[in-house]
Amino acid sequence: MSHDAKHDSAHGAHGAHAHPNGATYVKVGVILTLITVFEVWAYYVPALVASPFFNPGLIAMSALKFAIVVLFYMHLKYDHKLFKVLFTGPLVIAMCTITALLFLFRQLSITF
Amino acid sequence: MADHAAAEHHHYTTTGLDSRKIAIWAFIGSECMLFASLISTYLIYKGRSIVGPFPHEAWTNEAGHTFKAILDIPVTSVSTFVLLMSSLAMVLALQAVQLKGSPLPENAGWWTRAQRSSQLWLAMTALLGATFLGFQAYEFTSFVHEGLTIRTNLFGSSFFTLTGFHGAHVTVGVLWLMTLLFIDRKRGLGPKDELIVDIAALYWHFVDVVWIAIFTLVYLIR
Repeated sequence: MSHDAKHDSAHGAHGAHAHPNGATYVKVGVILTLITVFEVWAYYVPALVASPFFNPGLIAMSALKFAIVVLFYMHLKYDHKLFKVLFTGPLVIAMCTITALLFLFRQLSITF
Repeated sequence: MADHAAAEHHHYTTTGLDSRKIAIWAFIGSECMLFASLISTYLIYKGRSIVGPFPHEAWTNEAGHTFKAILDIPVTSVSTFVLLMSSLAMVLALQAVQLKGSPLPENAGWWTRAQRSSQLWLAMTALLGATFLGFQAYEFTSFVHEGLTIRTNLFGSSFFTLTGFHGAHVTVGVLWLMTLLFIDRKRGLGPKDELIVDIAALYWHFVDVVWIAIFTLVYLIR
């Protein structure tokens, strides 16, 4: 392998494609802030707290924020597939473990 | 010869990817498992404390002393915002390192110039991280004054363990950022240093996403 070819693969070594620019990062920050403001606002609205959709809604918004940070700030959207596997694999196992334990200790239940 | 030495300095794997970046992603994956165990412990014990104080409900003990709901949502919301903004500052620090040395447009405004100052963004990230730790120290202290310690009840044990572990990770991150800032001031960070800043950034963002989960599962969900 020539040095140039090796150097090219060095940039590829990060497995990265073009990243977003500063303005995009700021927009992402604004979106994250707005979602957080909405979550906290919902916490103080008794009608929403009493709703059966309150907890699932908060978890969905949290998952959205999580995904936004991972995809845009951690650049997983633009990075090599191997990094996606290294992160999402353990993450899926972790979420399945939490869910299984919550059922096992009866914090979650399904009634038929 | 020098080019050859520089090329050899990289840690390539058979995938063509740098081993250090693979290592940080593998480490982050293992950290997911660690925090999953701490979060699931908190959730399993949620609502099973026999004595207060409780997170969301007031409680009166046998002596007639009333404890209010202990979680302070407004304060924690501000600290959450601080940590989110630290992630923004971190990604801008990485971009500044990548842009170093590239020509600046003649009519560049303050924002364009600011985007190239890695020292500014690294310092801001470390400062915001330290501010978050200050909020956490305030929260822990006020909880202890209100009668909640790690030994009081199941909520106290699982809460302090979970948030304490997260705080320890933030502390490591702040020290890491200050080390990078020191290197930047000493010899300057440039595009050749992109990977070491990228690795620190990945760790910092991970600490942020863990807090996103903790904020919802511990503070907001009842």
